[in-house]
Amino acid sequence: MKKEHYRQAFYLTLPVMAGYLFLGCAFGILFQEQGYGPLWAALMSFAVYAGSLQFAAVGLFAAPFSPLSALLLALTVNARHVFYGLSMLDKYEGRGLTKWYCVFGLSDETYSLLCTGRTPEGADPARFRFLVTLLDQSYWIIGSAAGALIGRYLPFSSEGIDFVMTALFLVIAIEQWEKAEDHLPAVGGFILSLICLFFFGPDSFLIPSMAAILLFQYLLYRRDCRQKSSPYRPADYMDAAGQAEKKEGDHTC
Amino acid sequence: MLTTSQSLILIAILAAVTFLTRAIPFLLFPDKNRMPSFVRYLGQALPYSIMAMLVVYCYKNVSLTASPFGIPEFICALFILILHRRRHNLILSIAGGTILYMLLVQMVF
Repeated sequence: MKKEHYRQAFYLTLPVMAGYLFLGCAFGILFQEQGYGPLWAALMSFAVYAGSLQFAAVGLFAAPFSPLSALLLALTVNARHVFYGLSMLDKYEGRGLTKWYCVFGLSDETYSLLCTGRTPEGADPARFRFLVTLLDQSYWIIGSAAGALIGRYLPFSSEGIDFVMTALFLVIAIEQWEKAEDHLPAVGGFILSLICLFFFGPDSFLIPSMAAILLFQYLLYRRDCRQKSSPYRPADYMDAAGQAEKKEGDHTC
Repeated sequence: MLTTSQSLILIAILAAVTFLTRAIPFLLFPDKNRMPSFVRYLGQALPYSIMAMLVVYCYKNVSLTASPFGIPEFICALFILILHRRRHNLILSIAGGTILYMLLVQMVF
């Protein structure tokens, strides 16, 4: 890893930095209102590191002590993370502790930065991913501690800053769209999620969406098996210089 | 407020379950070369579906029946789409979209 790669990792995480500092701050403020200071906020962001769960869990620290609710809440809010791991299996290869740290730190935002599997040319992919994961979590920890400490005295209104995450996901989705040869996975994922949102409502549509997407992907997989010409060839996984990574794109059925 | 040890137990549970949801696939399929082929397929095609699902997730609380009917959210999505297709600059698109959104919700809607 050269200096240049560290800079590229930092540059890549800038949007997450903006989002995490502010969202972390918002979490710190909420947590502090329950009587938990900056050290508690930092501990939570260090050990749990799951944005939407941390927001949802703030209430648990006010109500009577209920470990079971914590367990159920964490399971339902974070079920989507199973998906991230599933699509990262071939990218996160064995590297001991750093690999498991990357698995631990696979938040929505880190996932969206790394899900293409592309890393800068010449950079060690495992170390690059580790660096991106570490930077992202640092922003989150700093943001939440700062929020618990000074969040109430922000000199300007930050209303709407949380849109930075939506913007990040939109941009990643656009980039994926431009690179994909087959748009069915994106279109299917979009339509199935919308249908599930309509039928199950905003609080519980993720799990049915995931089930529907898995089934849909299985159908696509069967289709590709029959056609024997999967659009997912190694050429889809080029690095910045346009050289195919050493990755087998084929799957024998 | 809960006691210190109760709070620590809650944080430990949240942390353990979160880590488990992220680690399960890696625990189930430790060997890259012995993964079922469907799982390998998922590694390539699933990210497209997931990002689409995450976009829907971001818009889940937008109400189409109550003012402002999601207008700022959709204007900004369109703005980001056009800006990104033209300039292909990650930071510019994200910063531009977010600043436009903040201006819209704080001053217009």
